[in-house]
Amino acid sequence: MSTDRLSTRFAACAAQGRAALVTFVTAGDPDLATSAGILAALPGAGADIIELGMPFTDPMADGPAIQRGNLRSLGAGTTLKALLAMVAEFRQTDAATPIVLMGYFNPILAFGPERFAQAARAAGIDGCIVVDLPPEEAGELVPALSAHGLHLVRLATPTTDAARLPAVLDGASGFLYYVAVAGITGANSAAAADIAAAVTRLKAATPLPIAVGFGVRTPEQAAAIAAHADAVVVGSAIVDAIGAAAEQRANDIPARVAVQVGALAAAVRDARKDHAA
Amino acid sequence: MNAETGSLRAGPDANGHFGPFGGRYVAETLMPLILELEQAYAAAKADPAFRAELDDLLKHYVGRPSPLYFAPRLTEEIRRVAAAQGRPECGAKIYLKRDELNHTGAHKINNCIGQILLARRMGKTRIIAETGAGQHGVATATVAARFGLPCTIYMGARDIERQAPNVFRMKLLGAEVKAVESGSRTLKDAMNEALRDWVTNVHDTFYIIGTAAGPHPYPELVRDFQTVIGREARAQILEHEGRLPDLLVASIGGGSNAIGLFHPFLDDRDVRIVGIEASGKGLDTHEHAASLAGGRAGVLHGNKTMLLQDEDGQITEAHSISAGLDYPGIGPEHAWLHAIGRVEYQSATDSEALEGFQLLCRTEGIIPALEPSHAIAAVARIAPTMGKDQIIIANLCGRGDKDIFTVAAALGVSI
Repeated sequence: MSTDRLSTRFAACAAQGRAALVTFVTAGDPDLATSAGILAALPGAGADIIELGMPFTDPMADGPAIQRGNLRSLGAGTTLKALLAMVAEFRQTDAATPIVLMGYFNPILAFGPERFAQAARAAGIDGCIVVDLPPEEAGELVPALSAHGLHLVRLATPTTDAARLPAVLDGASGFLYYVAVAGITGANSAAAADIAAAVTRLKAATPLPIAVGFGVRTPEQAAAIAAHADAVVVGSAIVDAIGAAAEQRANDIPARVAVQVGALAAAVRDARKDHAA
Repeated sequence: MNAETGSLRAGPDANGHFGPFGGRYVAETLMPLILELEQAYAAAKADPAFRAELDDLLKHYVGRPSPLYFAPRLTEEIRRVAAAQGRPECGAKIYLKRDELNHTGAHKINNCIGQILLARRMGKTRIIAETGAGQHGVATATVAARFGLPCTIYMGARDIERQAPNVFRMKLLGAEVKAVESGSRTLKDAMNEALRDWVTNVHDTFYIIGTAAGPHPYPELVRDFQTVIGREARAQILEHEGRLPDLLVASIGGGSNAIGLFHPFLDDRDVRIVGIEASGKGLDTHEHAASLAGGRAGVLHGNKTMLLQDEDGQITEAHSISAGLDYPGIGPEHAWLHAIGRVEYQSATDSEALEGFQLLCRTEGIIPALEPSHAIAAVARIAPTMGKDQIIIANLCGRGDKDIFTVAAALGVSI
């Protein structure tokens, strides 16, 4: 097994005294070829970790932006197999940037948990976030992921109280994803003070890095979170931009995404300097 | 199955599983809510005051018990068919459980009354629901009006087009009807949107799920509220005939009317039980809603169950002439009863349902909804093969006023 890309990357960002930028895109959005171009452009633009959405017909926890991204991808014929092939190709030129898959359980179940874990590891995936698989139901996936050295990233939310938190942390690995607002992706934004308080509370409960997402759209919002959290996740804003560019039939979508991610990355890198000053 | 008693009525287990099906496959934001609902329901079940209030409302507001009606001319027609097929000794006695006579015209209200009492106990101040045909939406809007709570109903845009009378009813009852434009614009998408609303408004909102599906404890509590159908039917047939029936028949979308009738009889092993899925334009086409006959195990809307899906695990669209059966999944307890073989599942096509619809209109002066018309179609198929001394109970879970435009269009009549 190679060294753990996630822990290496979190350690590197911490050593630089900054948070990591996690960028979410839906695999195959708007089509596989463009998506491969976007993926290749992300690390150079400043994405420290890539969260890659596995498209699903019924993304219950996602808002309109990511729903549309899922439909564009499925409309273009994306399958889990094709997604993994795209990641394997990415790994030919980038062995360091962690990639975490994010999606819903049914496509994994249809693929077969063991076959999925084996194929994901072989393609160069580092972990998974499965939105509709709470700890109570995770037994069907955890053994396969563990056997192949893949992290199962758990989610904590504003409704995760002190009584619930131990269940969420039991078996959590890679990092802890804090969902900043009770709601769907790309909708409301949480107050910075509430996020800071939640991060402090979670850090007291786990040594895992804390990534914060949901409702983070602008460089300013990303910077405010990066002042406290170990990582900031931006998703819907990027997916929205991809959708708008696809609608215009733009042929420079990866370059446009790189500009957007560059601005987010700069804000995240400067966040603690501003904070200190 | 309960290992100690051998009962098939003991499920689900502590984690909401019926064999390999059921469970709680929801986003973490909803988990504390689901667990709280489970506790609140357990407390309500143990509280005689809750039961008393529920029973009082079922009697005086819903109009229960619903009659168990012997259908003489339908029985006569079936015997004529049997004789014409060369079996003059055949043609079972047919009883109809008249849940279409409930307030709002379907069985849905049995469950809505129970859930809104639960919502009130939990201090929730806002109600949401999904609806397909609009029957559950109407029943939810009705109880929300009765208890003075604001109510939002999610309904697929395509269903809104084909169920206009129910949309107007919901609005009259004070509900806000939100059209869902995503996905296939039908029931499954309405359920996605209701779940998105719930996860966003967890602090004050109660989600009244309309069928015996979704995350635990919904399949259990919806079933429990619907078993009033089977408990009444059991007592009524013993009163009429002095014995249990030979066959129970009910239509299945999510399966709440069916589990409501079936559950009190599951341990009566001599009672044959048949659920009828909607096979739309035929099981050999892709246009059907038979998730047991044509689906595979998967996870959607909070539970593991049998689902219509492609080989990549993407959910495929269901089709049925009946909007209430037009759903790519089925309640997890049915998936389990199918797997263990206790309940037999058959299907009826759109055209068979239309024939069943007209048969009941003609023979009994009852206009059934298209959902139970699938059960009537199955009765017309099975009853002529049974003896004259045998007894069938079919669940007439809804009345057909809402469907007359759909039926007219299907029969090529303009009204």
